[in-house]
Amino acid sequence: MVTQALSLSRSGLSDFIAQRVTAYILAAYSIYFIGFFVSGEVSHASLTAFFWAPSMQIFSTMAILSIAAHAWVGMWTIGTDYLRAAHVGSMATSIRFFYQMICLLALFVYLLWSLRLVWQF
Amino acid sequence: MDRGSARIESLADLYREPNWDKTMQTDRPVNLNLLKMSWPLAAITSITHRVTGVVLFIGVAFGLYALNLGLSSPTGFDEAASLVQQPFPKFVLFGLLLALVFHLVAGVKHLLLDFHFGDSLAAARTGAWAVIVATLVITGALGVVLW
Repeated sequence: MVTQALSLSRSGLSDFIAQRVTAYILAAYSIYFIGFFVSGEVSHASLTAFFWAPSMQIFSTMAILSIAAHAWVGMWTIGTDYLRAAHVGSMATSIRFFYQMICLLALFVYLLWSLRLVWQF
Repeated sequence: MDRGSARIESLADLYREPNWDKTMQTDRPVNLNLLKMSWPLAAITSITHRVTGVVLFIGVAFGLYALNLGLSSPTGFDEAASLVQQPFPKFVLFGLLLALVFHLVAGVKHLLLDFHFGDSLAAARTGAWAVIVATLVITGALGVVLW
């Protein structure tokens, strides 16, 4: 049987919803963020004023948490589709586990690095 | 795997077979051999959505690096600004922007499909074209504005 041990919530439906909800947040954030760079000349002063405004700190934190969940579901989906015995041989489960641990480590580093950047600790 | 029982071919078989969940094949063949698939445009945009997702997963590191540098100090900001004017960093940044726009546009199409907008076969073909055209137009426009 396929086990669900490494999915986000051990429920396909919950993962699906998490992927959608985080997608809405990330779409809004991406457009807002790019919009800032497109809307006019950017300086160090304007960038810090934009990025460290309290409302933007909250928005960025939402986006960071969304990236973590969204990327986890996405990378899990890709791993379970292509890192299978039919593609990578009998070690597939070990390979996929290792792949997911690499993803987890990267997301953990991203999470702390970006939260530090946003909240200046 | 031989389960020593009749195959379930129809709903009627299911009702006759009390242990249907135990006889159902759980090792069904799954064809995910990418080299043997046919590749209509919608399939190409679908896998590009995945590929751009992986690209963005890695690209977050580059984005955070640039943002970190740009926020650090006025000198750091100037460093970041001149960095993205150099050919290779500019290429990387433009590639990430292209990946982001594609992933965003294809993602919006996905969210529309959730509400059954454009989920017929004909609309899927149009949708695949729309994703490609919108990506190129938006990325081109952003490229012009940013450089």
